[in-house]
Amino acid sequence: MMDRMKRIPVREQDPKVRASNFEEVCYGYNEQEAVAEASRCLNCKNPRCVGHCPVRVQIPRFIERVKAGDFAAAAAILAEDTSLPAVCGRVCPQETQCEGQCILGVKGEPVAIGKLERFVADWSHAHGGPKVEVKPSNGRRVAVVGSGPAGLTCASDLARMGYEVTIFEMLHKAGGVLSYGIPEFRLPKERVVAREIDAVRALGVKIETNVVIGRTLTIDDLLGKEGFSAVFVGSGAGLPKFMGIEGENLNGVFSANEYLTRSNLMGAFSPQSDTPICRGRHVAVVGGGNVAMDAARTALRLGAEVSIVYRRTEKELPARAEEVHHAIEEGITFRMLTNPVAILDDGKGAVRALRCIRMELGEPDESGRRSPVPVAGSEFEIEADTVIMALGTSPNPLISSTTPGLQTDRRGCITASEEGATTREGVFSGGDAVSGAATVILAMGAGRRAARAIDDYLNR
Amino acid sequence: MYRILSKNVIAPGICRMEVEAPRLAASALPGQFLIVRVREQGERIPLTICDYDRKAGTVSICTQAVGASTRMICALEAGDSLQDVAGPLGVPSAFVGLGDEEILGRRFLFIAGGVGAAPVYPQVKYLHARGAIVHVIIGAKNADYVIFEDEMRAVCDRLEICTDDGSKGFKGLVTACAQSLLDEGCTYDEAVAIGPMIMMKFVAKTLQPSLIPLTVSLNTIMVDGTGMCGACRVTVGGKTRFACVEGPEFDGYQVDYDEAMRRMGIYREAEIEADHKCKIGRG
Repeated sequence: MMDRMKRIPVREQDPKVRASNFEEVCYGYNEQEAVAEASRCLNCKNPRCVGHCPVRVQIPRFIERVKAGDFAAAAAILAEDTSLPAVCGRVCPQETQCEGQCILGVKGEPVAIGKLERFVADWSHAHGGPKVEVKPSNGRRVAVVGSGPAGLTCASDLARMGYEVTIFEMLHKAGGVLSYGIPEFRLPKERVVAREIDAVRALGVKIETNVVIGRTLTIDDLLGKEGFSAVFVGSGAGLPKFMGIEGENLNGVFSANEYLTRSNLMGAFSPQSDTPICRGRHVAVVGGGNVAMDAARTALRLGAEVSIVYRRTEKELPARAEEVHHAIEEGITFRMLTNPVAILDDGKGAVRALRCIRMELGEPDESGRRSPVPVAGSEFEIEADTVIMALGTSPNPLISSTTPGLQTDRRGCITASEEGATTREGVFSGGDAVSGAATVILAMGAGRRAARAIDDYLNR
Repeated sequence: MYRILSKNVIAPGICRMEVEAPRLAASALPGQFLIVRVREQGERIPLTICDYDRKAGTVSICTQAVGASTRMICALEAGDSLQDVAGPLGVPSAFVGLGDEEILGRRFLFIAGGVGAAPVYPQVKYLHARGAIVHVIIGAKNADYVIFEDEMRAVCDRLEICTDDGSKGFKGLVTACAQSLLDEGCTYDEAVAIGPMIMMKFVAKTLQPSLIPLTVSLNTIMVDGTGMCGACRVTVGGKTRFACVEGPEFDGYQVDYDEAMRRMGIYREAEIEADHKCKIGRG
């Protein structure tokens, strides 16, 4: 008899093996495992999981269909609320959203909702994808800026409503952060990302790459000479932050964005790629979010000894629990309550070490987290030839600075209503461009709401 | 794909190509650059825009074969295509913000080193068309490497050629040539230097006493070219700036050239300008 309090374990690549390859870490459930895991769901009358999903996926409903073995119906239920289930099943922070609210989690382990979502999405793609209804064209054109989670979601919703949608992407490849940011071993590019993008194209959405809005064309061009009736700006938060400490411009110091873009978008981890990447020997990654975990695990796979330097404790790490767990399994060293104060020169302009100071947790700050304070006289050095800064990102000012009347806040985030309306008529925005760096699922939710708002606006 | 309409080898290892890119041609301005990928596995290579034709929907690029990727570009012929061409990127030259009446009669000195003549050309052309008085110095290691001579002569008021070996024009470095123009009594409202980092460093040293405002264009390492990666960061006036979105042009007296040169070497396998033994700065 199965223990309802315990999850069906998910098969994963051996940590020792995967530490030197870029194949996906998690294999996901097979049909039997998925049905068994689905049967743990209590199908609560008042499902708390749904309330904590930013796009309100009907979780007990789709899980109930998995339990019945009707995977196609489960996929159709997912498709009502999410256009990127294969992505979300892999990258959502389930433990703070749906799974964090699961009743089973009170006494045992919550239902593996993310793994079940992923299973259904992968099964569905292998069987021709969910059937999606597309209304006939209404002849009205909408431009979407950026092909990340927000843009893809907004574009596919509008296409289903009958709009003619063109996505403008500034890079040579669609996907935004799904392509340049999240590594292959967590989110396979061909098998998952390209497939999701193809599904959006199949709805009739056109994607034009190499068009930099704010440079090649402006928002005014889109609404003027290009003939679009409305614009959705889903340009994300792509600008890396640095600490502003001594030695940050030494050779061997990279933003996580640069390091990950070289490896993910440009494929530098593969010998076939023309793009170079520094394969350090001792890599220190500064930060504790998903991007820090991604950069650390990429460096590890490129052959380095890697440590993560974080100023708070493991409890405060903003990364997904699964990523932290995987990073530890793979042999990444975590140096908690440690903050860099300078990067030291080897005498030839390259990195020799990271000088750090020990921290202790003080009073809670406005976010409710206890803020770290330096311990006087506790400075020490960590040997490193490569330092990767994963301190967060902020929105790119290219669009806001070239669009008259488009207001931003002091962090550079576009000012928009809950529905995505900006201070410029006909211009809507959502995702990281509005919120600052957040999650794939929140960006999707914003893209979806903006699609509805654009539809309302154009039918007013 | 972006079709190459014509290709000319304008100096040993340096080719000029006209490429179909209508959206880019429609919006390009002097001072901006673009990014090219040669093939599917190709890296993103920032290149200067050396001309644009809005009507024909084409841009001209000038490439010196110094590494694997630039050699691949130069190996392409008319009729072939580039995988990707994105841009225009970077901020246009500051003078683009001036009104035509302000440009009329304004005196400019341009100092171009090596392939730096290519991005200088659209700037000179733009200013000349608006009635500025423009003097240009083109420096190269020898007569074979002098590029854009005829094009430049057609759009400037005075052209000085200088070569390291004296095989054409003034024998010596661009800095000595610039000094001789100043000694002659030429006066300028602005100067612009584009070329190897070390050349720009010494142009700044040469011009500093004259107090002529100097603009330089930095060809740093980049990946995306849109502000995402920070590989291009340079120190200007003590502050870290991103050359791709805040540049590529900066105040020539404020740039930390030594740091910029060091950072150019992060991935140095094929030495940049390997075939050019630059003697600027060696006394």
